[in-house]
Amino acid sequence: MATAHSRAAARLTMSPAVILLLGWMLIPLVMTLYFSFLRYNLLMPGTEEFIGTLNYQYFLTDPAFFAALGNTLALVGGVLVLTIAGGIGLALLLDQPFWGRGIVRLLVIAPFFVMPTVSALVWKNMLMNPVNGLFAAIAKALGLQPFDFLAEAPLSSIIMIVTWQWLPFATLILLTALQSLDRERLEAAEMDGAGALDRFIHIILPHLARAMTVVTLIQTIFLLSVFAEILVTTNGGPGTATTNITYLVYAQSLLQFDVGGGSAGGIVAVVLANIVAVFLMRMIGRNLDI
Amino acid sequence: MARAATNRHKLVVTLIAWTVGIVIFFPILWTVLTSFKTEAEAVATPPTFLAFHWTLENYAEVQQRSDYFLHFWNSVVISVGSTLLGLLVAVPAAWSMAFVPGKRTRDVLMWMLSTKMLPPVGVLIPIYLLFRDFGLLDSRIGLVIVLTLINLPIIVWMLFTYFREIPGEILEASRMDGAGLREEILFVLLPMAVPGIASTLLLNIILAWNEAFWTLNLSASQSAPLTAFIASYSSPEGLFYAKLSAASTMAVAPILVLGWFSQKQLVRGLTFGAVK
Repeated sequence: MATAHSRAAARLTMSPAVILLLGWMLIPLVMTLYFSFLRYNLLMPGTEEFIGTLNYQYFLTDPAFFAALGNTLALVGGVLVLTIAGGIGLALLLDQPFWGRGIVRLLVIAPFFVMPTVSALVWKNMLMNPVNGLFAAIAKALGLQPFDFLAEAPLSSIIMIVTWQWLPFATLILLTALQSLDRERLEAAEMDGAGALDRFIHIILPHLARAMTVVTLIQTIFLLSVFAEILVTTNGGPGTATTNITYLVYAQSLLQFDVGGGSAGGIVAVVLANIVAVFLMRMIGRNLDI
Repeated sequence: MARAATNRHKLVVTLIAWTVGIVIFFPILWTVLTSFKTEAEAVATPPTFLAFHWTLENYAEVQQRSDYFLHFWNSVVISVGSTLLGLLVAVPAAWSMAFVPGKRTRDVLMWMLSTKMLPPVGVLIPIYLLFRDFGLLDSRIGLVIVLTLINLPIIVWMLFTYFREIPGEILEASRMDGAGLREEILFVLLPMAVPGIASTLLLNIILAWNEAFWTLNLSASQSAPLTAFIASYSSPEGLFYAKLSAASTMAVAPILVLGWFSQKQLVRGLTFGAVK
């Protein structure tokens, strides 16, 4: 009985949210697009002029862009592989009955609630520092040379920090999915003589496929925009060793004040994120029964 | 026999699980412990674990040196403010999507989700320039506005998935009894949806508290929440591990406790209902 009256009410109640989001998305995005075709530097006001696609040509042929693209892919890919593999392992572990399961669960999900700047600085200084860090102390105790993580392997170190932050998320989702698995199927397979590995590959893994896809897509959205962790540990360096696309755009626009070039980079980032978003939206949409 | 074997198995799993759990939790534990050390002890080799002289001086010093509570208060205002503002806009929207769905409801929901996938650098420059022109840079109200907008899709979605579980007949009955739209939402829907709204509130406070792209780019000394305040430790002077730890512990502890309470809702909220 959706009357004309309730239809009008629906439109009325929905409009504030729609208008706000429309404004938030459309106005700045159109401005970015417009800036991206201008020569526009904050240090040289009054010299703005239309230069066509020149900003894009510069941005897309800049060696820093290729470095940043490679770093972005390595960061996203590395963290995805580590969190999903680790998450499956942890989910299988936490799904077993043992003493203090609730407490261990709390310990495992804790890193997700630590703000990015705190986790990055704690890892950088108190764990990874080659002089005073805990890892250096452990290395010395074992008679090894301390390793200067952020200088020798900067990108891997950042992957490690970000993995620590996202492992709880993957674990929680995979564990939730695992707990919906029909136990009788596992028991039946065991009776039929299927070994643990067989059961894992043929029953558990296919059951987790959906959750793995969800984890992949959602983490990708967030991982493409990793920023704070890079800002407070390496500032994108040494050189461009840890500069991802997000950081590159930030550096170009707010450190070099090149609004035009930065905007072109921003649009490139939007296009890249959209490719991922299309897949994610399809998955969630399929699940939405209205 | 079988029982003994099960128990032995359980013991082994217990040992492994606790070891893994403590290793993952260790950076947080280490931060908390270090916050109670003196600066000299914080960098001592070999590191001391529990047998050190426990002190609270770092907490006092962090407050004295940098007005910690201003930044703490900024975090509270920004995260709670943006969440409440978001709920105010999202409750009516989610009501209409859940109870008066039309042909385009699905598209609107998906579109809202898509705004969440817009990478922040895509709109960083215009927002920065607009904020500069409107005098909103380094203001709490500016950050409240931005965080409301970036979390609005999640709030609408979470509320929508919770509202959908409430039978629409009850709302219809109240309408038959002559309740207006405002009464229907305020006095019929909201009381039934309290658990869902509470989880939405909780999760969004957590997300806003930890948001570190916009807060870093749009705030300076006055409006900086804890995310940005802690970032100032990236260019330190002298020994600072114990002070960093004290500041970090205070920044993380309240939200960690909230997070532990909301772990179930976390899955649902962050997967937009795709995994429950």
